[in-house]
Amino acid sequence: MAYVPLADQDNEADLHHPHSWVTKYVWSQDHKVIAIQYGGTAILVGIAALMLSLLMRMQLGFPETFDLIDPNAYYQSVTMHGMIMVVYMLTALLLGGFGNYMVPLMIGARDMVFPFLNMLSFWFYLVSVLILMASFLVGGGPTGAGWTLYPPQATLAGTPGHDMGIILMLMSLAVFVVAFTMGGLNYVTTILQNRARGMTLMRMPLTVWGIFVATVLGLFAFPALLVSVIMMTFDTLLGTSFFMPAIIESGTALDHNGGSPVLFQHLFWFFGHPEVYIVALPAFGLVSDVLSTHARKNIFGYRMMVWAIIAIGGLSFIVWAHHMYVSGMNPYFGFFFATTTLIIAVPTALKVYNWVLTLWEGDIRLNAPMYFAIGFIFTFIHGGLTGLFLGNVVIDLPLSDTYFVVAHFHMVMGVSPVLVIFASLYHWYPKMSGRMYHEGLAKLHFWITFLGTYAIYLPMHYLGFLGVPRRYYALGQTDFIPESAQDLNAGITIAALIVGSAQILFFINILWSLRNGKKAESNPWGAASLEWQTPDTPPIHGNWGKELPTVYRWAYDYSVPGAKEDFIPQNMADADVEMESKND
Amino acid sequence: MMSESVVDGVPSGVTGLVEDWASDKQAYNVPWGKAMMWIFLVSDTFIFTCFLTGYLNVRLTTTEPWPLQTEIFALTLFGQSVPLVLIAIMTFILITSSGSMALAVNFGYRRDKTKTFWLMVATALLGASFVGMQAFEWTKLIQEGVRPWANPFGAAQFGSVFFMVTGFHGLHVTGGVIYLLVVANKIRKGHYDKKGFEIVEIAGLYWHFVDLVWVFIFAFFYLL
Repeated sequence: MAYVPLADQDNEADLHHPHSWVTKYVWSQDHKVIAIQYGGTAILVGIAALMLSLLMRMQLGFPETFDLIDPNAYYQSVTMHGMIMVVYMLTALLLGGFGNYMVPLMIGARDMVFPFLNMLSFWFYLVSVLILMASFLVGGGPTGAGWTLYPPQATLAGTPGHDMGIILMLMSLAVFVVAFTMGGLNYVTTILQNRARGMTLMRMPLTVWGIFVATVLGLFAFPALLVSVIMMTFDTLLGTSFFMPAIIESGTALDHNGGSPVLFQHLFWFFGHPEVYIVALPAFGLVSDVLSTHARKNIFGYRMMVWAIIAIGGLSFIVWAHHMYVSGMNPYFGFFFATTTLIIAVPTALKVYNWVLTLWEGDIRLNAPMYFAIGFIFTFIHGGLTGLFLGNVVIDLPLSDTYFVVAHFHMVMGVSPVLVIFASLYHWYPKMSGRMYHEGLAKLHFWITFLGTYAIYLPMHYLGFLGVPRRYYALGQTDFIPESAQDLNAGITIAALIVGSAQILFFINILWSLRNGKKAESNPWGAASLEWQTPDTPPIHGNWGKELPTVYRWAYDYSVPGAKEDFIPQNMADADVEMESKND
Repeated sequence: MMSESVVDGVPSGVTGLVEDWASDKQAYNVPWGKAMMWIFLVSDTFIFTCFLTGYLNVRLTTTEPWPLQTEIFALTLFGQSVPLVLIAIMTFILITSSGSMALAVNFGYRRDKTKTFWLMVATALLGASFVGMQAFEWTKLIQEGVRPWANPFGAAQFGSVFFMVTGFHGLHVTGGVIYLLVVANKIRKGHYDKKGFEIVEIAGLYWHFVDLVWVFIFAFFYLL
């Protein structure tokens, strides 16, 4: 029997339409509802992690004044802040949230290919978050091993949360990997197999490319995390010695013998480095679309942008040991990993040039999303340049355990993706909610956040050069650190408190606008990509009404010479494009 | 338009390949489930690769000697110690089950539901007997004192890795047996009469993958 491609069978009637409030908003199989569930949960845990960071800052800025946390709680805050932000907030929000929302809409599909699996993905994610949060409630509290969870210290007495905390963390991660795999398989298959007629891979918006490659990275990188989590669980619960060498704890030799702590580091960073790009690539994609739309210009060098995303994805698997220079390694390995690390700068710089060249001579509309997108270019260049320092073995060694590293990775994978997330949330808010946000409030939010992050992280670079070590609860009496370092720390804390509380503006804005915002047109920015061309705003279940869209062009036909409008939607045939009359 | 342009300096064959692959609607002319199964299997390959890398690594770092496979995996038959006999039978059974699975796929596409059903049941039974023999092997080693955390014959890591990796693979086989039985039952009930029988091949992909992984585990654990 001849096989009919599923993409040719329009399955509007087959869609599992909801029948009640519960199936519509709770046990929903609609990718848009799942996206909002994913995103909402991620933002909530993100707020929790933000609170933890403010607690740490209060301690560091004013060590004698506030007595909010003790050293144990400090380490627990460091650990939970890092793990939540990287995995449960950024990964979940960018792939679970934006991935779910954008992919089917942007490629002209009705939904993900397996909506039930997609729903399951969210509920597994929620379970993993609940397990993680449960660790705040158990005796001993959450683990304080640092977000990298390095053994042997992660499981030894003396590390806070070495009994229940670490077990819950490992369990939660394992469940998260399962959740991610179910979602990720869906995104990849949907993008490969369920595109609208005419939507070739090279016509997809860069958002979809970023999400696609990031998801592939996730599917290949999370297995390493899963395996290290399983092995460490066995080390803790069964007394195996995968990662535990012969070791003496408080004067008594433990039963462990012959394991390899460095094996854990390799497995962890084989996951951990691609994870950076799992967060960064969707952000790259989203920001490209925001920039292009608000600059009324096609993205500069689309083809190169796509290949750069793919190249970065591939390279990210052979650089992981640059996180382990201080663990010690054969100098030739150090040379190899330093080289590959610096090579990544090539496609990354190419992307930055292309963003800037997209702005060049554009008809720039300075809407709030554009503020955040341009802000991202600044913070990303900044964080990228400090990455060049840390990629080199000899420079990394003295800087590795200082605030320089903290400043670097917060600029490059903390602030930068978060700015893109804000840009995207403002940009797509009209489509998601059907209302406009408050422009003035959004711009105020931008300026405080953008300037505030510099106030926070620029001084940290300097602290790093002074040799101020990271992860310390208090500096104590240290000869090589001048008194003035404490003043800087106090200043950073004040800036952090201001930036942290300024995020309330964002929540006020989106909640207030949900009811009181101006009604949004279906395409307020005049964007060319497919998600703005839905018949309903916000799009309803099934996205496209009776008929699936047909795509005639790429997603970046802005300011086409001769065309009447300054954008041509992807689903508009050449014959339908209104041209300016010749005798103007 | 972008898609028609030819990139300078790149051979036309390469650009042609990219264009073909990038054409609209779908990259591969296969059902969604099959594409997803392939992607899942690649991801799963990374899991097993990490497990085996971990195994090789702790085998190098442990300070105790590694037990001799010819002795620890031997069975005493008719008063004689025969090395690797059980594992040879297990491997043979699993490879055979791949054969019956391949036949099931063939008869599925011929829409011969009865034969497909029975071949899938046979495959599942072979898989189940594999798991049964694995349980026997585990019992024997446990009775001899091998534990995940201890091993009277040498390095404790032998026990740790053995139970972890064969256990993880055994779970895959068990899951596969259940999967095959569910699909076989649905076939018998005529669930796929309209949809087509690609599902047999998708289940088969998983089954062959589990077999392939076993070949590696067999080589690395029992022979190396």
